[in-house]
Amino acid sequence: MDKMKEQVMKNMEELGFPVIVDEKSGAMQWVDMRELRLRYIISIENIKPFYEGLKEGKLMGTKCKKCGRVFFPPQKDCPSCLDSDMDWVELKKEGTLETMTVVFVRPPSFGQYDPYPVAIAKLDDGPRILAWYNGDPQQVKPGQRVKVQVSRRREGYLMYELAPL
Amino acid sequence: MSENVAIIGTGHSRFGTRRDVNIAELCWESMKPAFETANLEPKDIEFFVVSNAGMWSSEAAVPALMAEYADLAPKGSMRVEAACASGSAAIRVGYTAIKSGMADIALVIGIEKMQESPNPNVIELIGRFGSYFWEFENFGLTFPAYYALHGTAYMMKYGATEEDFARVAVKNHYYGAKNPYAQFQKEIDIETVMKSPYIAWPFKLFDCSPITDGSACVILASEEKVKELGIDEKIWILGQGVGTGTANLSRREEFTSLASARYAAEQAYKMAGIDMDDPIKYLDGANVHDCFTAPEIIAYEDLRFCKRGEGYKLIREEQTYIGGKIPVNIDGGLKSKGHPIGATGVSQAVEAYKQLLRKAEPGRQADINKGVWLAHNVGGTGHYTYVTIYGLEKEVKG
Repeated sequence: MDKMKEQVMKNMEELGFPVIVDEKSGAMQWVDMRELRLRYIISIENIKPFYEGLKEGKLMGTKCKKCGRVFFPPQKDCPSCLDSDMDWVELKKEGTLETMTVVFVRPPSFGQYDPYPVAIAKLDDGPRILAWYNGDPQQVKPGQRVKVQVSRRREGYLMYELAPL
Repeated sequence: MSENVAIIGTGHSRFGTRRDVNIAELCWESMKPAFETANLEPKDIEFFVVSNAGMWSSEAAVPALMAEYADLAPKGSMRVEAACASGSAAIRVGYTAIKSGMADIALVIGIEKMQESPNPNVIELIGRFGSYFWEFENFGLTFPAYYALHGTAYMMKYGATEEDFARVAVKNHYYGAKNPYAQFQKEIDIETVMKSPYIAWPFKLFDCSPITDGSACVILASEEKVKELGIDEKIWILGQGVGTGTANLSRREEFTSLASARYAAEQAYKMAGIDMDDPIKYLDGANVHDCFTAPEIIAYEDLRFCKRGEGYKLIREEQTYIGGKIPVNIDGGLKSKGHPIGATGVSQAVEAYKQLLRKAEPGRQADINKGVWLAHNVGGTGHYTYVTIYGLEKEVKG
């Protein structure tokens, strides 16, 4: 990319425009002068207890007071009852691993991490959870028991992960 | 109101890295042959639908862009997005417009120019098609990773192997090599797949569909228009089903099947009058959503081409090649033909038209005895599935 930027700068001076010739096809390209950086601001107002729990090492879900349905990820409203009267409940942090992968080719925004295993586990309480697997993926066996734990990310924030039990 | 809706014209651009054209020019590349095969002009179009996922490319208002470039203004239009199933969603919009009587002739164009952005950005943007907040934000899932979770679950449950997945890539490259519109027109062997680097275990580079520029176009018409225009070469939409899945994989019961696909298949079969217990009996072939190798095998099962857990045997026994039980993805599939997100579903419709009218290139024409073709198009991680049944006649023969 840096090499391309240099070439664009050079061409802008010589030819008058931010253009480059594509090496493979020989086709002329205009290189966009407008760059956009995206960062969303997402409301967590109604799931604050989830983060308060996570800070204490707990995994919290919501439970409809009327029908008892448990939600993870937590949600504010119960579509079964059309009701929003929810209890926050602590989920049991043990379960069984159901599937996994190892992400080798990472998105640029995860570039600071080595390839990371991701797993889905079914918690003993019922809900499923997807998270990074902090363990050796090659040692994983069918029916692998796992626990949910909280760790601090390189970016500095707390997040849940799965680990072998 | 039109009881039946036909595809009366089709066009397909060359898929691949298309730095030689811009978005409008790439659209026109498939629109022009669609007009020609339908023997129509832009002024004849009453309503048009643009399938485009966008984000990685510059122009967002593609319907307006094409209204200008292709003289479609001031006709009505809509841009449709359903991730990788956008193309089928656009066909549904055109189809329902005609069925309802709101239009008699509608054009559907699928377009994606993914290579206006560098590959790492595209990888990042596709990863965000899952649940952004609970899957991508903290766990950096990529598209191959979402489907790899399915591949692993499938191997663990049924004893399929990475070699079985590789066999899908080998088949689809075999046919892609015979498709002049395909991104990769080159045969590969199992070893090529197995030796390629891991992208998201158990998927390797050759288990994955590529990042592609391309467009595909179909023109739809009511039964009355077909008569009025005296159209000989056409195929009919016999049925279409659509299902929606949860945003989060963790909110699903299983990872060896897509619930949205099973739901869509049931609807489509019912609408077309196809026996759900033995759909192969009614079909000459199919295109299924092989964004990766394992999902093709899962599609065999969701579409009931075989029993659950036996899909890998179909590919192992080469039953989805021409001459087998049911030819699948004999245009190269997403894997070898390429996967320009918004164009893929429309490209599948173009392939149904070519196959049923016996216009496919030498070496990749299926035997057409029953006159019925199926297209299975999945968006997101099973978020949306469209199953569409196309036929030479207005009804399937029982």
